[in-house]
Amino acid sequence: MHAPAQVKEADSPAVRLSQVAITFALKGGGTYQAVRDIDLTVGASEFVAIVGPTGCGKSTLLNAAAGLLKPSAGGADIFGERLSGLNARAGYLFQQDALMPWKTAIDNVAVALEPKGVPRAEALARGREWLGRVGLAAFADRYPHMLSGGQRKRVALAQMLIRNPQILLMDEPFGPLDAQTRQIMGNLLLDLWAQDRKAVMFVTHDLEEAIALADRVVVMSAGPAARIVGDYPVSLPRPRDIAEIRLDPAFHAIHKAIWATLRVEVQKAYAQGEGANA
Amino acid sequence: MRRTTLLAMQVGVGLAFLLVWHLLTAVPVSGGKPLFDPFFFSTPLDVLARTWKDLVSGELWYHLGITLTETVLAFTFGAIGGIAFGFLFARREILASVFDPYIKAANALPRVVLAPIFALWFGLGIWSKVALGFTLVFFIVFFNVYQGVREVSPVVLANARMLGMNERQLLRHVYWPAALTWMFSSLHTSVGFALVGAVVGEYLGSSAGLGYKIHEAESVFDVTGVFSGMLVLAVFVIVIDTFVTAIEKRLTVWQPGTGAATAQG
Ligand SMILES: Nc1ncnc2c1ncn2[C@@H]1O[C@H](COP(=O)(O)OP(=O)(O)OP(=O)(O)O)[C@@H](O)[C@H]1O
Ligand SMILES: [Mg+2]
Repeated sequence: MHAPAQVKEADSPAVRLSQVAITFALKGGGTYQAVRDIDLTVGASEFVAIVGPTGCGKSTLLNAAAGLLKPSAGGADIFGERLSGLNARAGYLFQQDALMPWKTAIDNVAVALEPKGVPRAEALARGREWLGRVGLAAFADRYPHMLSGGQRKRVALAQMLIRNPQILLMDEPFGPLDAQTRQIMGNLLLDLWAQDRKAVMFVTHDLEEAIALADRVVVMSAGPAARIVGDYPVSLPRPRDIAEIRLDPAFHAIHKAIWATLRVEVQKAYAQGEGANA
Repeated sequence: MRRTTLLAMQVGVGLAFLLVWHLLTAVPVSGGKPLFDPFFFSTPLDVLARTWKDLVSGELWYHLGITLTETVLAFTFGAIGGIAFGFLFARREILASVFDPYIKAANALPRVVLAPIFALWFGLGIWSKVALGFTLVFFIVFFNVYQGVREVSPVVLANARMLGMNERQLLRHVYWPAALTWMFSSLHTSVGFALVGAVVGEYLGSSAGLGYKIHEAESVFDVTGVFSGMLVLAVFVIVIDTFVTAIEKRLTVWQPGTGAATAQG
């Protein structure tokens, strides 16, 4: 399909955001610049976690990488090609509920294969397999409103992964899960990822989770006009176990370094919030 | 509340009403006459007797059949038209903007004034009644489908697009179910209006149907006949509404609220 780009593709990063700025037009007139001067590269088999204070623009960056949002300046290159329109090579796990409420869990997962032309019977069989992998085999025939927040996230995860996209965009996928399920899902994600190492952009507000999962942790500043203020490699050995890796002394050293940066931004964001309330 | 208790209370209200009616119209008070003159108010027993007579003679079934046919046709055509145009206008913003004032004007028009015109165009048979019901059903379904398509959750839509769905697949898996939800939420209203269109049309000019029967009785001051017609109409409405509720339950299993009801029963 991309014959001329073949050579270029081999060594191009999966995602490259260059000099990206995103400005929203506000309803009552005026504008809000969410992020600016973003340079971020995600290698073809790299797991990058993005942390930052709430409202700094993490989801906005994922939307830009997904092609759902056009940057006001700069651009996104996907495997070396400038992105225009939707990013067909990416799967996106949204922060909000995004399942089709009128479809059961199994139908939500199976329908993801329809655009690829997979016959329905096969799609259903593979859908069941995936639901089993995320631990929801028994819930296949439930509608989203009959599932807990965490179960819905897992269905959405299966829905994204069944298409086998080359880039995974995940926005706080484990947000509503309890601590134990978080660990189980984290380990599951690492297992799946280890099989064929896709490019991952993983947004989380949990720094420990970010370090435990990722190859690199990127820290964003508080908004408006948020930038990237830190980019830390995580050179912990793989395969990792989410729970055990936290006991590693190297983990603590990395955590300390990143937290020093992140704390300043979180406090800034908090102070701004206070100011806005006053 | 338990279902049987509720049903008992509902029946109780009906019986109490009949009892009061009976006492006022059939039981003589001072002077040997009841409080209300049965000529104007009839009596429950007369009404029941008349209804029973029409029922066994078979005449009633004929008129019911006509009204039912008109209602079903008006609903079907109105719903198809409303869905088609609702979709079209929601997906083509320019059409919606251009036609907006005309749609509002047409919808605000009292449909009764159209009845004689429809009788002129389509004759006194069932089609003039179907047309009247259509104009009522069409707008309800149209507005609901239009709203439903436009208010699809942007996240659900973005997710479906990220899954690689093309326009046709989006229509089938996202827009269509969203529009249907809204249509079902107005199902009771639109079926009710289909019936209103049929009965009003018959009332204003026809030779068959429940509306015709009521009109016929009125023209000879046959109050018992009028009330008998109304009774049949009321029972008819309840039967149709129960039917609609059953369909609605089946089609909206995925919505919150219905699940809990299933769990109980
Ligand atoms: N459509 C929009 N119009 C105007 N402002 C917006 C819009 N979308 C987002 N913003 C603003 O842009 C900033 C970044 O939003 P974003 O959703 O990316 O934050 P986030 O980092 O994902 O936050 P959280 O961790 O709470 O999810 C916020 O201040 C938000 O108010
Ligand atoms: Mg967010």
